[in-house]
Amino acid sequence: MSDTPTKPRPRVGLFATCVMNAFRPSIGFASAKLLEDAGCHVSVPAAQTCCGQPGLNSGDEDSALALAKQVIEAFEEFDYVVGPSGSCMATIRHDYPNLFADMADWRKRAEALAAKSYELLSFLTDVMGVTEVDAEYHGTITYHDSCSGLRSMGVKGQPRQLLGTVKGLTIKEMEDTDVCCGFGGTFCVKYPEISEKMADDKLANAAATGADTLLGGDLGCLLHLAGRLRRKGSPVKVYHTAEVLAGLADGPSLGEAPKEA
Amino acid sequence: MEFRSPEFKTRAVHALHDANLQKALSNTKAGFVVKRAQAAAEMPEFEALRDTAAEIKNHVLANLDHYLEKYEAAVTAAGGHVHYATDAEDARRIILGICKKANAKRITKGKSMVSEEMSLNEALIGEGYEVVETDLGEYIIQLADEPPSHIIAPAIHKTKDQVADLFAAAHNKPRKTDRAALVAEAREVLREKYFTAEVGITGGNFLVAETGSSVIVTNEGNGDLTQTLAKVHIVTSGIERVIPTLDDLSVFLRILARSATGQETESYTTFSTGPRRPGDIDGPEEYHVVLLDNGRSKMLGSRFQDMLRCIRCGACMNHCPVYGSIGGHAYGWVYPGPMGSVLTPLIKGMDGTYDLPNACTLNGRCQSVCPVRIPLPDLLREIRHQQFRKDMTPKRQKQALKLWRYVAERPKLYHFAERIGVRILASMANGKGKLRSLPFDPGWTGARDLPAPTGRTFLELWQAKRGDK
Amino acid sequence: MSSRDTIFKAIRQGLGRGPLDDAARAKLDARIAEPPQHIRATVDDADLVARFAQRFESRSGTTERIASLADVPAAVAALAESYAIAPSAVVGTALGELAWPEGWQIDHGAATIDVMLGVSLAWRGIAETGSILMLSGPERPITHNFVPETHVVVLPVEHLVRHYEDCWVALREAGQGAPRAMNFISGPSRTGDVEQTIELGAHGPRRMHVLILG
Repeated sequence: MSDTPTKPRPRVGLFATCVMNAFRPSIGFASAKLLEDAGCHVSVPAAQTCCGQPGLNSGDEDSALALAKQVIEAFEEFDYVVGPSGSCMATIRHDYPNLFADMADWRKRAEALAAKSYELLSFLTDVMGVTEVDAEYHGTITYHDSCSGLRSMGVKGQPRQLLGTVKGLTIKEMEDTDVCCGFGGTFCVKYPEISEKMADDKLANAAATGADTLLGGDLGCLLHLAGRLRRKGSPVKVYHTAEVLAGLADGPSLGEAPKEA
Repeated sequence: MEFRSPEFKTRAVHALHDANLQKALSNTKAGFVVKRAQAAAEMPEFEALRDTAAEIKNHVLANLDHYLEKYEAAVTAAGGHVHYATDAEDARRIILGICKKANAKRITKGKSMVSEEMSLNEALIGEGYEVVETDLGEYIIQLADEPPSHIIAPAIHKTKDQVADLFAAAHNKPRKTDRAALVAEAREVLREKYFTAEVGITGGNFLVAETGSSVIVTNEGNGDLTQTLAKVHIVTSGIERVIPTLDDLSVFLRILARSATGQETESYTTFSTGPRRPGDIDGPEEYHVVLLDNGRSKMLGSRFQDMLRCIRCGACMNHCPVYGSIGGHAYGWVYPGPMGSVLTPLIKGMDGTYDLPNACTLNGRCQSVCPVRIPLPDLLREIRHQQFRKDMTPKRQKQALKLWRYVAERPKLYHFAERIGVRILASMANGKGKLRSLPFDPGWTGARDLPAPTGRTFLELWQAKRGDK
Repeated sequence: MSSRDTIFKAIRQGLGRGPLDDAARAKLDARIAEPPQHIRATVDDADLVARFAQRFESRSGTTERIASLADVPAAVAALAESYAIAPSAVVGTALGELAWPEGWQIDHGAATIDVMLGVSLAWRGIAETGSILMLSGPERPITHNFVPETHVVVLPVEHLVRHYEDCWVALREAGQGAPRAMNFISGPSRTGDVEQTIELGAHGPRRMHVLILG
């Protein structure tokens, strides 16, 4: 609507999830590119580490509280905090305010941050009004709805809408796309057999579509699914949706050997 | 009922390798999940009804003492008796007393999870009574000498062939494998039991304070025959199941069947109010209601109060991918799946129930279908917090959390450590892009490879490129 | 302390209060006396009979329209013949004196184990779900609804209502409180307990036929 020159570009703090930071930097660059293309100013605060979810989900509320404070301090100066993960962003959006139930000052700050925290793709479409991307990907993809993004952050149509504008890309929906893949954070190492069964159910549904690429919006799920695919020797590629949308899915997919130089 | 939750892990793995069980579980999706989705989609008011149902339950819980008094007074006025039981033992004592007074020999039972909570069958059989479960699913598992594996479909884990074997062995009749023939055979065998039982025990889905009625919702009609033909009818229910009026009940009738089986309504919704009246030519001569507390009152005012809204529809387990993988028996007690993983630690205690709230990915599908909007993932996480505070979290995990916190609270150290870590992992991958095994593996590489990091962290690459703060 | 006292004490302790005061109790009693009306399923059909029949039949029930109560015996006899059921039935006296064809054996008592056919008068029909409401009483034995293999119910159209709630209004107007038993019946008995596949006639009637009267 308004392209008045006085309107500043929204300042976005990019939440670099701990798993992404270590395992898949290209998702971070893809996120930054998509945000900048949408007209945002992107910063990556060096004072960030982890959102606190491991403690929160394992019963260690104190640890979650300490890390939540750190995230609030690192990000509250921005207009928005955006991350390429429904799971971490749901922690910030939904769990932070509850963590500080008995601390009025912190609760207020947590609520303020929660109100401006978004999962990447829903931010691009719902807040920035992005309707298409300029990218190419030659392949047939199937998209796995990661649970936190889907149920806590309302991410469902947005990635599909944007993927629909990628040249050369075909979407084939799998059955039970909204059913958990069996990652579940520490669940996947505490109950590996159940986790394996859930992964195999998910991958069977994905395989039934004939897609050559599996996409999703949470790296935890993707590492788990790619790890299972690699173990089974499957050629199906796994990327984060942002990598494809930003045209950065030209490198090796998750768990794939880099091409010889 | 035997308490086997401590064996969750081994029983879960066993279940994963049970071919019959896996075949049976694969039927759940078409049977329940798809039908529920259709039923919900066909009713524009469905979401608003869920909100209303949750509000009514919240109102009842805030005034539970008053509504129980009203209900009790109405039952008494109708000539029935209300008994309160603090725990399973108390309940067994009360029911054994009623059966003894009735000179009972044979007792028929409709499906009642509360009676499973009471371990009632074991107690009755121990005292020499013949106990006959009349719900077809319950009857099948009684023949198999197994506990239910689902709260509304107790024999969901049994295949047709297994049922055929059980019937052939128990009924002294030629083995049949046709479904209709199996159902007909059970009908014939159980018919005689209804007519000769002295006591009939049913559950109570709802208790209406306005009228003093207990309400059961069934498809088979076994509950009706059980309670109509016996001389004494005993209702077992939880203290939280009371609702104020028939109009409140109507809301629940609209969501229960849709959530449970995807039906618009079950075949039978039956209200019982006291014993037979003057002039009646059928119906029980005595009517008793046994209201079980068993830990429920302790949930009031606690962080688990929302759990008391539960109407036992089973939607959470039907939609739980963990339940769908391992079935109900692995959970080891009356209530499996998400609702059971909350209730079992609260009723049976934290000891021996460690795995239940942890064997959950917190994916939230249960909450998304719960007709009374119980925040099941939050409650499961709250139990994990209590376990942590009680020092029940495994030592290794606790140490890992402690170390994680120490490092994560120090961004400089954290990023330094991550930079070292990704370099080590990348060099271990040796250009293959993945790792087949890990030193100190917490459980990742048993069934999966670990996609290897590329060797640099995002932050160090970003800072090198962009010089951002 | 009795179990009752223990439980009430625990409830109040959990709720963080003592017994409710008179004003609070009066308010709750008023909620029962004049129950709040909640959201219902929309039933905007002009033709309630058609809706009732469509819903009831969707669950394997059958329906038939008859003009007067005097048509009941012939309709029942025709049904019995088509299913080869012997000419014998339990019939509630609520249906009044009916002229049964010759050779029919009619009993007004409770249904016994060998009874194959029951004929009852519905108290109300509910168009929303295609269900009938049966009340118990000396003229309406409850065993007639569940024991026979085939159950025929007569539903006068003037007793067909839209919602469950309309039944409660009628029940309160009747002023007798709840009868000993009330049954919403929405089709034949069914079970999905063998491999989640529906089979009819689990324990209750295998066949249900509603004669819509008027």
